[in-house]
Amino acid sequence: MSSGIPLQYFLILATIMFFAGVYGFLTRRNLITILMSVELILNSVNINFLAFNRYLFPHKLEGMFFSIFVIAVAASEAAVAIAIIINIYRRFTTINVEDVNEMKF
Amino acid sequence: MASNQIMFILFALMISVFSVLTVTTRKILRAAVFLLFVLVSTSGLYFMLNYQFMAAIQLTLYAGGIVVLIIFSILLTSHISQKFETSGWKKNIFSALAAITGAILSIVTILDYSFSATKEAAQEVDMHLIGRSLLSVDKDGYVLPFEVISILLLAAMIAAIVIAKKAGPAKTILPKLNQE
Repeated sequence: MSSGIPLQYFLILATIMFFAGVYGFLTRRNLITILMSVELILNSVNINFLAFNRYLFPHKLEGMFFSIFVIAVAASEAAVAIAIIINIYRRFTTINVEDVNEMKF
Repeated sequence: MASNQIMFILFALMISVFSVLTVTTRKILRAAVFLLFVLVSTSGLYFMLNYQFMAAIQLTLYAGGIVVLIIFSILLTSHISQKFETSGWKKNIFSALAAITGAILSIVTILDYSFSATKEAAQEVDMHLIGRSLLSVDKDGYVLPFEVISILLLAAMIAAIVIAKKAGPAKTILPKLNQE
């Protein structure tokens, strides 16, 4: 399936996705959109792992298992982050990072 | 041009356009939907790389789980029609500068480096092999990271419940139990 497509194209695509995530992480103010940017970054790393595994070491499975673990970490991170965001919303009635600047009360 | 190259170009265009739109659109629900498009086309890329299991995980866990979670929390915390105020143009410009500089640096490095593949024959990735490797303690086994990730998932699940539950009802349960 991947014949005729150089490895570099996959890496460039992942680079674009990664730096879109970085841009969003730096400019967004809403906590949920920051979380979305983090998901973009993690996803681009997964593409890199799988492309390297398929093109450079097709007889091993290390990249695939590593990206499975990355996906598991991303899922648990999203669950905990959203729990924290909802808790912040209850306390401050906003999830704008610039309005939430006190740790407690 | 072969059909798989056309598919790759389609997926690449979708991923790059929608990931830029995810971080620049001013409506939050649209951002979530664009994120969904990015994740679905990423699973298409995994199908192209012949990792069907990863593509299925990507579809069910990312596109099915995380995006739904994000959309629910958006509905809980903000109005749908609400638009963000744009952050200051100075911050935007400098962030874009940092991102574009980093992207150009990485792309130049990638194009400069010559990747050398091994000559060994490709391995067929089927469910049997994945299950065996995940639970084996041999040389190519992954049982230790598997156990670590299980404990991490359990801890995250309990933490999410403890953090998000309301403090009120937990205290009122005890007296009722005592009465019975």
